[in-house]
Amino acid sequence: MTGIFSSIDVAFLIASVAKIVFLTFLVILPMVAYSVYAERRFSAIIQDRVGPNRVGIPLTLFGFKKDLQILGIGGLLQPMADGLKFLLKEDFTPGHVNKFYYWLAPCLTMVPALLTCAVMPFGSELDLSWFGATQPIKGVIADLNVGPLYMFAISSLGVYGIVIAGWASNSKYPFLGGVRASSQMISYEISLGLSIIPVLMIFGELNLSKMSAFQDANGWLLLPFWGDSAPWSNGGNFSRWLLLIPLGISFVVFTVSMFAETNRTPFDLAECETELVAGYHTEYSSMKFALFFLGEYAAMIIGSGLAVTLFLGGWSIPFAPLLSELTGLQFHFIPGDTPLYTGVLHIVTFFAKVFACILFFIWVRWTLPRFRFDQLMALGWKVFFELALLNVILTAAILIWFPMK
Amino acid sequence: MATIVVQRPKLAWHEKWFISTFAKGMKLTLGHAIKNLLLLIGRKPKTTMEYPEQKWDLNLPDYYRGAPALVTDEHDRERCVSCQLCEFICPPKAIKIIPGEIPGDDPWAKVEKRPKVFEIDMIRCIYCGMCEEVCPEQAIYLRKDYAITGTSRAEMLHDKERLYEIGGKRVGLVNKWNELK
Repeated sequence: MTGIFSSIDVAFLIASVAKIVFLTFLVILPMVAYSVYAERRFSAIIQDRVGPNRVGIPLTLFGFKKDLQILGIGGLLQPMADGLKFLLKEDFTPGHVNKFYYWLAPCLTMVPALLTCAVMPFGSELDLSWFGATQPIKGVIADLNVGPLYMFAISSLGVYGIVIAGWASNSKYPFLGGVRASSQMISYEISLGLSIIPVLMIFGELNLSKMSAFQDANGWLLLPFWGDSAPWSNGGNFSRWLLLIPLGISFVVFTVSMFAETNRTPFDLAECETELVAGYHTEYSSMKFALFFLGEYAAMIIGSGLAVTLFLGGWSIPFAPLLSELTGLQFHFIPGDTPLYTGVLHIVTFFAKVFACILFFIWVRWTLPRFRFDQLMALGWKVFFELALLNVILTAAILIWFPMK
Repeated sequence: MATIVVQRPKLAWHEKWFISTFAKGMKLTLGHAIKNLLLLIGRKPKTTMEYPEQKWDLNLPDYYRGAPALVTDEHDRERCVSCQLCEFICPPKAIKIIPGEIPGDDPWAKVEKRPKVFEIDMIRCIYCGMCEEVCPEQAIYLRKDYAITGTSRAEMLHDKERLYEIGGKRVGLVNKWNELK
């Protein structure tokens, strides 16, 4: 008995639980709620409207008329009101559905999206020696050596939620939505996976936190201007700049596949309301519908997080080593020797980047019309698949003839 | 039958592959977004009227169809003679009339009838204006009141008193009942 307990590292356990609570409940879920709000406000200003701007708690600073108007944007408590509304709505189960799977489907959409954030490096290291911690705390819940593989494995489970929802609803529109979603998500999984192979070839590494650390020291993959990447500091090696060509292709393929994977416009054929009422969640109401909704946004956040980690430097601050030289403060990451303010700043940087990505997602949604289903499939199978494969060869060729320093 | 051959625009390759068209669309939406964000920051949204604070009551056109109401004439006589034409024509059956007799000693005894009960269920009313159109006595009008709200069904049932309160007085329309014609 004592043997088991003594082998458990209590500090590690507490740190892990704290990180899980922090990331899921204090960051991802509020971020989901506020990206819904951002979606509503951004779509409003794109369409010359105002959007939801007056939810507040009466008699407080968030109150009705004297709401905190940050840059004229009121209604910052709208997500709470929405959540309350979803909780209080009638949870109606139609008589014709397959009850067990009908209940299972919303959970299956939400859970994989939240599971994948376990390997997401949201910060470098937090030096909590002031609070008595002996070791700096890593900014990732599980520092797996197979980060992207784990992510793809878990996030591809999300398709089951949609397929089961469509099937269990036992009605034609959800069924069509589910069928569409499954073929679409399975097709784009391939180009999504292939598109990051060049990235993995360059890193030679499957650990997401080490990838972030590498980019922090040697320039982001799409911004190779410091450390070993820049020709002026590595003895005239242009390899990283040459690699920008395959990486650009890779990034485009990855982003577009991510749109398809998360069922966002212009590829939201699974819930295309002009044809399928609401697609796979037509028969759902109340909190079950909300879970689908939250699952979609959580998948978006995780997808953006992965794009940021792989291509845009993860938690690293742009030009960090140069900034450190200029200011005398330390903005870059040194393992085991990163001050607390830098650790916090890295977390903030990561979520700022993710939020910028989400704004891009929203911006695209309110710009582009929906593709036809055959166009979607043709794009996935006839263009991106081949493009991603060729890209792998191109990267290999560059790495052979112009080796990185 | 004449065949019209629709001329499709000839697209360049970058347009066909959504490259330049995508950029164009993104630029357009971003332009709108920035313009409206600046207007919001200046707290002057141009295209949206923020309803409870700003109202468009002054801009209502003359033909605006709001809540139906009963009117009295210049002698404060109830115009309605309870012929029940409006009740019969009302498409959603929102009007309920119980006719009543005018007693013989009343100065308007020769009108013979007036409504004992006149109710319009504002939950049912569709503001179509059929009642106004069909009324031979010009006794019912659609006014410009549009925000008819209540917290109960009973509150949404406009009785005779309420209808006259909304309607008020209208003069010089029908003179057939007046002594001095």
